[in-house]
Amino acid sequence: MIDFSIIFAGFGGQGILSAGKMAAEAALYEGREVSWFPSYGPEMRGGTANCSVVISDSPIGSPVVNDADVVICLNQPSMEKFESQLKPGALMILDSSLIKTRPTRTDIKVIAMEASDIASELGKMMFAPITMIGCMATATGCLSRESFEKSLYEILPERKHNLIPKNMEAFDRGAAFAQ
Amino acid sequence: MAQKRVLMKGNEVIAEAAIRAGCRNYFGYPITPQTEVMHYMAKKMVQVGGNFVQAESEVAAINMVYGAATAGFRTMTSSSSPGISLKQEGISYIAGAELPAVVVNIVRAGPGLGGIQPAQGDYFQATKGGGHGDYRNIVIAPASVQELYELVVEAFNLADKYRMTCMILGDGTLGQMMEPVAFRDEEPIETIEKPWAANGRKGDSFHHTVTSIYIDPDVLERKNLELQEKYQIVEANEVRYEAINMEDAEIVITAFSTCSRICRNVIRQAAELGIKVGMIRPITLWPFPYKAIEEAANMSSVKAFLDVELNAGQMIEDVKLAVSGKKPVYFHGRLGGNLPMQKEILDKIVAIHEGKNIEGGNF
Repeated sequence: MIDFSIIFAGFGGQGILSAGKMAAEAALYEGREVSWFPSYGPEMRGGTANCSVVISDSPIGSPVVNDADVVICLNQPSMEKFESQLKPGALMILDSSLIKTRPTRTDIKVIAMEASDIASELGKMMFAPITMIGCMATATGCLSRESFEKSLYEILPERKHNLIPKNMEAFDRGAAFAQ
Repeated sequence: MAQKRVLMKGNEVIAEAAIRAGCRNYFGYPITPQTEVMHYMAKKMVQVGGNFVQAESEVAAINMVYGAATAGFRTMTSSSSPGISLKQEGISYIAGAELPAVVVNIVRAGPGLGGIQPAQGDYFQATKGGGHGDYRNIVIAPASVQELYELVVEAFNLADKYRMTCMILGDGTLGQMMEPVAFRDEEPIETIEKPWAANGRKGDSFHHTVTSIYIDPDVLERKNLELQEKYQIVEANEVRYEAINMEDAEIVITAFSTCSRICRNVIRQAAELGIKVGMIRPITLWPFPYKAIEEAANMSSVKAFLDVELNAGQMIEDVKLAVSGKKPVYFHGRLGGNLPMQKEILDKIVAIHEGKNIEGGNF
């Protein structure tokens, strides 16, 4: 029985909404109930972007998450905004390449990883949130590596399948931080 | 047969469902949070040989719907609250001319320009009129992306069957969220002959005309009575609702669409505390499931009702009509685009259960 909520947050253009969708697709691949809900509104390029993903074995109530099991943060304003929206004992994964301070809450777990630095090593900034999904999946067990990989083959058009090994490399680089 | 579940956005599913239901004429004007309906239509309508028009205004779009419906085509427009207000004149004309049309309202918070976050403040407008004159629209409130798909298809059947507007009342949550949806291989399309359509004489001895103007009071009265007869048939045959956990329920929640999803989880949490909570979820807001709620009010196990809405209390008026003073009806609402948290609703249920003196509950 699983009932798991995630917030992905960062700047527009970092691949936040796509990463949330990839996690949702992987959960769907596992046959679970899933919802994805974006922050929408008068946002602008370079402004903040976030989305909520809920993974459950029973029908999902609100797709809007106020008490997350995991928050994945890719910028400083997101960390400040969403720190209060974690359940006690929940996990914040933050991109320490871009976030220089740490949450003040002591009742949450924090994993700081250089997601953007790893992504630039791998050649595309888009990989930053993927590394963090890898970390989350490994730390919490909310998704399996196998379903994440298999769902990519299903959702991506064939001409993009050559990118999947690189995505999985990003996933694995992130997973290492969960140990 | 159902196909494999795919992850899709509510707004996109509305457009896909309409195309599957045989809608080949869509007219719209962009407004958050429903613009993806238009995006999808703009892309897909061309591929299926239909017509997509981004009209110059909401008023123009609804009048294009009037035109396409007059010619006998399945047609749809979509908008969000302020845009739907602009369409009301056209919706009234469609009612007067007895045309089948599907209108989608992905509600945002009002009044006025309001905000763009989800709300249910257009319940009165949707169910009690909106435009001028004595008329009704069938109003359907889906609660999930899967249900959006199925009920949009159904809306086209109902619109054709009764020659009236069928409105889909969603909100920003439903329109913007992605959820799995499983499409059917074949849609249950009811093909209804439209001998009244103004699409040429086709050998008839008379011109096919569609109008809503009747200057003679006696003629108009007859027309009005015909409309009312039709509405009574809809009320007798088309009420839809879902009853959840109603056996032995002590407290009955009434909630529709997005609110009902949140309340469904509250029912589980309340059960863990030993409180038996049931829910009546109206799927059609008009015709309203008065009878189901009246029967619940007559149950000896039922002590009270709790109506939960994303407004200041609109559907509660219909709930109270049905309960008819037999049991107290309490209210919990959120405004401005906020959604209630499960805990807020659960706290209210616990307070009602403990007989605490809380606001509302007046007969």
